Amino acid sequence: MTGFQRTIASLGGAAGLAAMVLAITDLGTSGIGLILGGILLAGVGLRHRTGVMPQARLDLAASLGGMVLLLSMLDGDMPAASWPLLIACWLVGWLAVEKSLAARDMSPTMSSIVSLAVPVFFGAWIIFVWEMLTVGLQVPTVLLPPPSMIAVRFAESTSILWADFQQTVIKAALSGYIIGCGSAFIIAILIDRVPFLQRGLLPVGNFISALPIVGIAPIMVMWFGFDWQSKAAVVVVMTFFPMLVNTVAGLQATQAMERDLLRTYASSYFQLLLKLRLPTAAPFIFNALKINSTLALIGAIVAEFFGTPIVGLGFRISTEVGRMNVDMVWAEIVVAALAGSLSYGLLSLLEKQVTFWHPSNRRKIQ
Amino acid sequence: MTSKTTRSKVIEAEKLGLTFDANDGPVHALKDVDLAIEKGDFVSFIGPSGCGKTTLLRVIADLEHPTAGSITVNGMTPEQARLERAYGYVFQAPALLAWRTIERNIGLPLEIMGLSAAEKADRVARTLELVGLDGFGRKFPWQLSGGMQQRASIARALAFDADLLLMDEPFGALDEIVRDHLNEQLLQLWKKTGKTICFVTHSIPEAVYLSNKIVVMSPRPGRVTDIIESDLPAERPLDIRESKRFLEIAQRVRTGLREGHSYE
Ligand SMILES: Nc1ncnc2c1ncn2[C@@H]1O[C@H](COP(=O)(O)OP(=O)(O)O)[C@@H](O)[C@H]1O
Ligand SMILES: [Mg+2]
Repeated sequence: MTGFQRTIASLGGAAGLAAMVLAITDLGTSGIGLILGGILLAGVGLRHRTGVMPQARLDLAASLGGMVLLLSMLDGDMPAASWPLLIACWLVGWLAVEKSLAARDMSPTMSSIVSLAVPVFFGAWIIFVWEMLTVGLQVPTVLLPPPSMIAVRFAESTSILWADFQQTVIKAALSGYIIGCGSAFIIAILIDRVPFLQRGLLPVGNFISALPIVGIAPIMVMWFGFDWQSKAAVVVVMTFFPMLVNTVAGLQATQAMERDLLRTYASSYFQLLLKLRLPTAAPFIFNALKINSTLALIGAIVAEFFGTPIVGLGFRISTEVGRMNVDMVWAEIVVAALAGSLSYGLLSLLEKQVTFWHPSNRRKIQ
Repeated sequence: MTSKTTRSKVIEAEKLGLTFDANDGPVHALKDVDLAIEKGDFVSFIGPSGCGKTTLLRVIADLEHPTAGSITVNGMTPEQARLERAYGYVFQAPALLAWRTIERNIGLPLEIMGLSAAEKADRVARTLELVGLDGFGRKFPWQLSGGMQQRASIARALAFDADLLLMDEPFGALDEIVRDHLNEQLLQLWKKTGKTICFVTHSIPEAVYLSNKIVVMSPRPGRVTDIIESDLPAERPLDIRESKRFLEIAQRVRTGLREGHSYE
């Protein structure tokens, strides 16, 4: 056990102790549950000073137990003892994660479970603390609604959310993304052999990338109308140049010796392209695809602020904010976040498959 | 050398010169190089680093263009020879593609030539065995040691199976034992196939052991100072390196190298 882990453990134990003492002095409002919770976390945290039963499982269980206890008594009037208990749960849970990450003699499946569980645990914690704070401290819902309220709104409005998702993510963002990335890829290959176009087009590209979306979006609405086509056009403009610049750079990343090698085989232009230059460019291209997946979503949503039919993530967000329906705004944000992380995750997965040979991915294959 | 007159010339260079325009003035990498290599020759190029060995090989391979003189390969310009796939080239570094397995790396030139899958598989298996890499075909280059990677790159050039083999310090990065083994293999391959081999090295014993012609070069400007014909028997066990004749030839190479140096 490292000194750092020991510090977290002691702090967690101390917080549990504080919760217990506070709960005893204020027995009327706290109830027996908080006392027991305080004792549990104090014991689990402070046991590390003695070295008995060091398993991470025990820490995790105590942390989760404390969380369940806190959730079960969650209302607008939390006793003072619940806050040190929340801190104790956080510290002891953190300790469990630290210990499992540091464990050396882990089977591969176990270690992949751990590496998957950590971000899930982390996300769950943020939602939990968010819920505790907004409900427990009675934060006005207009400022920040609790996750439970957003979840209810989400469940009640699935058909609206689905329609908005289709309009903004599938029609506008995805088609714009495919057209933007696809055409940039083809043009990058075409200008690769023409230094004049490379020198001329890349600075223009940087210039256009710097244009503010609030300027482009209204123009595109004038050109392509109110429906999703104008949003797709905004996405095309936003995604085109990152892809172009990255592909051009990737095509130039081959090494002189590798090019010479294919030259000695008298390989044709297309053979050189397919067998050497595109594989070398793949990491660059995936970089652009990942950046663009985020850009496309932002572009499609923001573009809807400048005129749209009455459907779409951006439209809904701007109108529901006006009506103070902040829970609906958050539900739309959840949709956008899910779509964004899902596409980014899929692209990363595909990237790992395609560029498995790249030094940054090699460790995984033996 | 009775058959000398009847053998055809594979490489002929006359007054060959190449000057690089570097930032700090011209670099005379090659100057007035006269060279004739006949079919079936095993020629070693030896000399201190920077004397233009790599440049000469690259000129033959049409990877570099001479700025003076003339050169033919198989009676053609180097470019025509390259387009006819007249030579296999082993670079100083392995230059294996990281996304291809060893097998598919060796198959790369065959793929580009458009050979059938069966022919390709056959040649890949044969050359893998020749360089002692059977069983490693499914590995990726970065899973092998540097020496194994270099052997894979030799296998790749052999699978190409051109009559002319250009090798730029192919064994420079290998340990002594592997090097001895590959030297023997290369000699056997040469005897069996009658290929013409141009072999760059900076090891005197290696040059004498392998070749029937040793081209001694010296730097600034890069030029040929001596061409030594070796009369060692075709059958060369490794211990020929202790024989009197071997040591005499080695001594002559050493003297040639030293004289080249004293020019400065
Ligand atoms: N592309 C190049 N540009 C400028 N100078 C070069 C280039 N390639 C080689 N040289 C120079 O030419 C000379 C001969 O190089 P090289 O043929 O690589 O020598 P060797 O292989 O015998 O060590 C060296 O002085 C080297 O610096
Ligand atoms: Mg060299």
